[in-house]
Amino acid sequence: MSSSASTSALRSPTTPLADQAGTTQAGRPVRGVALFPQNETARAVAAPVLLTKVTKLYSGQAAVDTISFALNPGECTVLAGHNGAGKSTLIKLILGLTRAESGRVSVFGHDTGSRAAAAIRRHIGYLPETVALHPSLTGQETLAFYARLKGLSTAGNAELLARVGIAQAARRRVGGYSKGMRQRLALAQALLGKPRILLLDEPTTGLDPASRLLFYEIVGELRNAGAAILLSTHALAELERQADRVIVMQRGRKIADGTLSDLRRHADLPVRVRLTLQDEIIDTPAGWQRAGPHRLERSCAEADKISRLQEALSMPGLTDIELETPGLDEMYAHFLRREDN
Amino acid sequence: MHPILIIVGKEIRDGLRNRWVLAVTLLLAALALSLGFLGSAPTGTVKVDPLTVTVVSLSSLSIFLVPLIAMLLSYDAIVGEVERGTMALLLSYPVARWQVVVGKFFGHLVILALATTLGYGLAGVTLQIAHGGIDISAWMPFIFLIAASILLGASFLSMGYLISALVQERATAAGIAIGVWLFLVVIYDMALLGILVADQGHIITASVLNIVLLFNPTDVYRLLNLTGYENVSMFAGMAGLSEQTRMPVSMLFGVQLLWIVAPFTLAAAAFRRRSL
Repeated sequence: MSSSASTSALRSPTTPLADQAGTTQAGRPVRGVALFPQNETARAVAAPVLLTKVTKLYSGQAAVDTISFALNPGECTVLAGHNGAGKSTLIKLILGLTRAESGRVSVFGHDTGSRAAAAIRRHIGYLPETVALHPSLTGQETLAFYARLKGLSTAGNAELLARVGIAQAARRRVGGYSKGMRQRLALAQALLGKPRILLLDEPTTGLDPASRLLFYEIVGELRNAGAAILLSTHALAELERQADRVIVMQRGRKIADGTLSDLRRHADLPVRVRLTLQDEIIDTPAGWQRAGPHRLERSCAEADKISRLQEALSMPGLTDIELETPGLDEMYAHFLRREDN
Repeated sequence: MHPILIIVGKEIRDGLRNRWVLAVTLLLAALALSLGFLGSAPTGTVKVDPLTVTVVSLSSLSIFLVPLIAMLLSYDAIVGEVERGTMALLLSYPVARWQVVVGKFFGHLVILALATTLGYGLAGVTLQIAHGGIDISAWMPFIFLIAASILLGASFLSMGYLISALVQERATAAGIAIGVWLFLVVIYDMALLGILVADQGHIITASVLNIVLLFNPTDVYRLLNLTGYENVSMFAGMAGLSEQTRMPVSMLFGVQLLWIVAPFTLAAAAFRRRSL
């Protein structure tokens, strides 16, 4: 589990832990130029989603408090936080379902409230937290309805239904679907037209393991195809493999933002190194602990990891190195705790 | 296809699937038939087409029923979809909010128009056949009645949408919808009658009354039906009244259209500002 987390961190592009909005803001398209999607240059500079100091109040309380970040193409960002941390509100702001009191939310360089943003929603796929579909329509009709709204032909729908594994139920009414089937159909509508922005609000809660694997597979494909993906969750560990980048939210504020390795470095939780040696250990090296006749163990800071490993490599008769990095849940708990203090 | 048409199509399909159209058609046909047969019993051998008599009793019935059906269709239209979560998903698509309300409204209007036309139309044909053959000339006031009923229904649909766009919960919308229905259909006329009796024609003259009646779509509907056709007003015992209150039919139609457009515009504006 933990080793796989570190590999996915290595694979992902390095994202600065510091505020992302500042860097992307410079590339904001000049007014009147950004005619998405014909204008290739505008598309290149405008981030798929950009939030700048966004605040949203609900009855006087800030549900989202001066949040800034950008979503990048080909990056899967996990938005983590407890229930009520402001994750769903953030997604609704990006969709333009609700307006921010202050700050700017833009999609491909267009403010979400603007007329142009409505047309740009063609490139957004959205999976709501609670799947709500029209019970009197069949699966096929549901997908056809949404495809037409996006201005797509319904030719690819059968294939899409097969992809999410409900082809056999396509002609049945959604009212008779099981929860898992409804979730799959909802996922299918979010995938219509190969969206360049995918907003998934708690997508894996209540999914059976098979659906979950399928879901990860599809999300991975879209990410590799260059979509900017935002996944919200309150169970971060579930999405550990998917996360290129994690944003942790608490009570409407962003308390951490970065790749897994960034976060790990930032959290500075100890890394555990375990060595297995061929010979029985007689002299325990300084700083290491004996954990059995052939095993040594020590915990070190993330920054010291490399020098400890080099030290280990110089030991005679080394047969195995185990590296235990803190899991996402541990880091997540650490960040939340730090804010509480 | 245009987003509005897609939404209209979906609403109509919903209406057909959940048997709304069927239920309302049967209800209206059954009532029109029973009124037709009962209403024409006293006329017996008199050479009056049953349809002409039926129009009079049917217009009184439609005043209660059509607005109620329209309210039941519309109170849930916006707040219900918001509550169920289907609205958030719909608005994440490239459609503008006004397109959503316009599409849903016309979908509901088609459902209502279909049910009214079919229900009353079937009843009308049955009545004529039972009384010895189709007589096309008697159909004009009957078609006029159907058209006026659809307009009346549209005005209550529009008010239902306004309620639905403003409130936060379905239950509240249902309560207000019934309240508005009760006020406009029952209380308004009763209160007016009481005032007229008490006033004895001092302040409320015929022309003032005309204007007061225009402030209620059900009264506009009544005036349209009872004064719209000579024959009908005669059988309704309104011949004298129609002399006094003669307002051009075009003006009555205009007022009724205003009763559709104004609440709907407000509904669209309220929905535009609504935060989901």
